Amino acid sequence: MTTTAPSETGDATTTSASPRGTQIRLDGVTKDYGLSIPAVDRVTLSIEPGEFMTFLGPSGSGKTTTLNLIAGFETLSAGSIAFDRRDVGGLPPHRRNLGMLFQNYALFPHMTVAQNVAYPLRERRVSKSEITRRVGDVLELVQLTGRDNHYPSQLSGGQQQRVALARAIVFDPSALLLDEPLGALDRNLRAALQAEIRRIHREVGSTFVFVTHDQEEAMNLSDRIALFRDGRIEQVGTPEQLYRHPDTLFAARFLGDSNVFELDERVVGDRVGWDGRAWSVAPSTTSTAVSGESATAIVVRPEDLTIAASDADVPTGANAVSAVVRDVEFMGAYRAVTLGLGAADVTGTARLDALDARLGPGDRVVAWWSPARQRLVAA
Amino acid sequence: MTATTTRPASSDSVADATAAPSRPPHRRRRSADPVPWWLIAIGVVVAGYFVLPTVIVIPMSFGGSSSFQFPPKEFSLALYERFFTDPKWIGSLGNSLLVAVLAALIATVFGTAAAVGLNALTGRLARAMRTLLMISMVTPAIVLAVAVYISFLQWRITGTLGGYVLAHATIGLPFVLVAVTSALGGFDRRLLRASASLGATPLHTFLRVTMPLIGRGVVTGALFAFVTSLDEVVIALFLRSPTFQTLPVQMYTAVTVEVDPTIAAASSLVVVSVTILLLIPQLVRRKTPRS
Amino acid sequence: MPALALLSVILLVPLFSSLVRSLSSPTWTLDNYAHLFTDGVTLTVLGRTATTALIVTAVALLLGYPYAYLLTRVGPRARAVLLVVVLVPFWTSVMARNFAWLVLLQRGGPVSEAFAFLGMPDVVLSGTTSGVTIAMSQVLLPFMVLPLYSSLGGIDRRLLLAARGLGSSPIVAFWKIYWPLSRGGVVAGVILVFTLSLGFYVTPALIGSPQQSLVAQLLNQRTTQLLDFAGASALGIVVLVVTLLLVAWANRFGGTISAIGVVATSGEGTKR
Repeated sequence: MTTTAPSETGDATTTSASPRGTQIRLDGVTKDYGLSIPAVDRVTLSIEPGEFMTFLGPSGSGKTTTLNLIAGFETLSAGSIAFDRRDVGGLPPHRRNLGMLFQNYALFPHMTVAQNVAYPLRERRVSKSEITRRVGDVLELVQLTGRDNHYPSQLSGGQQQRVALARAIVFDPSALLLDEPLGALDRNLRAALQAEIRRIHREVGSTFVFVTHDQEEAMNLSDRIALFRDGRIEQVGTPEQLYRHPDTLFAARFLGDSNVFELDERVVGDRVGWDGRAWSVAPSTTSTAVSGESATAIVVRPEDLTIAASDADVPTGANAVSAVVRDVEFMGAYRAVTLGLGAADVTGTARLDALDARLGPGDRVVAWWSPARQRLVAA
Repeated sequence: MTATTTRPASSDSVADATAAPSRPPHRRRRSADPVPWWLIAIGVVVAGYFVLPTVIVIPMSFGGSSSFQFPPKEFSLALYERFFTDPKWIGSLGNSLLVAVLAALIATVFGTAAAVGLNALTGRLARAMRTLLMISMVTPAIVLAVAVYISFLQWRITGTLGGYVLAHATIGLPFVLVAVTSALGGFDRRLLRASASLGATPLHTFLRVTMPLIGRGVVTGALFAFVTSLDEVVIALFLRSPTFQTLPVQMYTAVTVEVDPTIAAASSLVVVSVTILLLIPQLVRRKTPRS
Repeated sequence: MPALALLSVILLVPLFSSLVRSLSSPTWTLDNYAHLFTDGVTLTVLGRTATTALIVTAVALLLGYPYAYLLTRVGPRARAVLLVVVLVPFWTSVMARNFAWLVLLQRGGPVSEAFAFLGMPDVVLSGTTSGVTIAMSQVLLPFMVLPLYSSLGGIDRRLLLAARGLGSSPIVAFWKIYWPLSRGGVVAGVILVFTLSLGFYVTPALIGSPQQSLVAQLLNQRTTQLLDFAGASALGIVVLVVTLLLVAWANRFGGTISAIGVVATSGEGTKR
């Protein structure tokens, strides 16, 4: 926890892979409570040193259980977990040297801020003078200098979580595990603490594993996101990969808004039919990992959808669909247009220039997009 | 503000029991909706009824007459002198304290362990245990006394220190269990995980996190177990022997057989010391931080 | 967990062996129970005990209801004082309290003197069931007041004023509005007090008369004087079962659990 002065200038989304971080390898990790499906089902994942990895998913998807398996609070049913290639399966939680942040802060109410932060150091028999120095340093890092003698109950929620953060990093843990740490905070505070966590991640350079069900939070913070579904990892990738190139309909729907065209017809060659129109799905124009055979839907992000008055205005090579404008909302930076797409009247959204005030509810239009921006996804 | 500190440790002591069912809406505008005088009168009478017996033993203890009389005719310390010099009295006090300390000790150790274990437990077993606890608390003392007496006769431990301690530890146990369980109710089990993640062994976690946070419940439970034993008379009457009597039994004899007014001094001492003992958790509470 | 098991054994083994003994001596039989109903004494005593318990309960309700109501009407400071007063009997030693009542109620004691002053000489309450009732009601009143208070505290008194505004007399308003809303607390308090009064031993033994003994004294007599362990066990089991049934019944009414919680934490009340 020797830290330099805060450097606020660095690029927020990338991290210099510091040699201080620990690699965490999950191999076939399984937790079975004997219910119909395992809580965690054969998860294999390598979290790189210094990486900010987020486990994202709906509740019950196994992300928190996986975190608890890493922390040692749960025992593995099968598979293995290794820190820097050293198997930790048999280690109890207190010997894993991991920092942990909890949603409810889990500060010890009978100890002051300083005593809370000193707790892990005292457990490690660090000398008194060293404890004083390191507690002072870390409280400065989380901007809580001068609160040493307050009790947790005298602090706001945001301050409490910063104390918890200080306590979790003061002993230079191999990695920091964060279990929905911002879930209990209100929106503004959450944004401020997100920035704080990002800054601290940059400064300490250690491996962070962050659990959340909030896709926005995941996209803002992470180097990579592991998307969980029903105990398995659905897809792993950078926020941009997951947003731009979702492999499944679940991934597409969980991160960001999408227009989803479910395919009734099989893809034949380079083309597929939808609502009486033939769309191009040539691999050359469609950056996709999903083959034509297994594709069940086409996904287009709202910002990739353009609205034209008629088919005549649609450029050649674009895929298009007729649409009815249901609603137009002024959002400040843009206008959000709600559309009924095709004869099936599938609900979709598009974004329009904020200055473009031509459209109104009931207008019949054509929505189109470049095949390069569409995505074939599996179920 | 974490849940653990904001929730008042509910009903783990006498005064908390007063606060627990409270929170009636505050009424103002006395003029518009006055409290009727007859209600106040009843209140005063009933309040007098509550405290009357407690209050009269103290002046009586300074009486010094040779029979039970109220109001006392003179002022003297003769009864206290007799209490502290007569081996019958001071000896039974010693016995009572010994039994109460041992019984409270056993009840506290076992009760705390049981409460911590029970707290981690859910489902049918926990429910069964709670039912058992309830049964043990509502069983009339006389029924228990008769059953214990007959069993102890067979085990040949009536009239022994061990017999008293065992019986009193058993009746004290539910109080410890209830007090510690209620303290654990405000205890956030995630703190245990937090402590483990910070490198503390389970033993250190228990000593540095669990105990400080439920300590008040443990102290309260121990005090109740102690007082319960100190004051227990029904079972003690059955278990008594010519060589081993507790103070309440000696007091019982003083009323029924000996007509010995020293009981007034004994009563005052017990009332005053129990009051002080039960105030301890209140004082301990003062010291814990509050926002 | 083994700790709890161990101590519940010490508690349960005697009770359980009571049950076995009552059924199995001299052989497996229900005779010990049959005797209870045919010996002519037990039924009388049980009846007297129930009657005494009923009177105690009535007295406690009559005194406890207005007191609990007063608690909801006074300011916070007065309320704190009144609540501490309620709990005084809890932490007054059993023997001290019974001794005090004996002195108060005895021949030539303050109560008897007071009656004499009012022109009623020779009113001596010690040695009578009335004396027992007075002493028992005092220590059981908290068990009436506390559940009542928690129930009355939840009633919005503006309903009463509203009823008055609609033309009801105070008595009708109370009877039609307030009383029904307070019934949960009343039921809890009544069952609690009644149940607890069944097992009183010291008070009837000291203040009552041997001719008017209650079931606890009968139990004692069977055990220590007649050495009729089987009969005593059977009687004990009957009292225990009745108690448990009543408590279980009380548990079905909301708010009762908290009242029993008060019993538990406020201490010795159950052990009198």
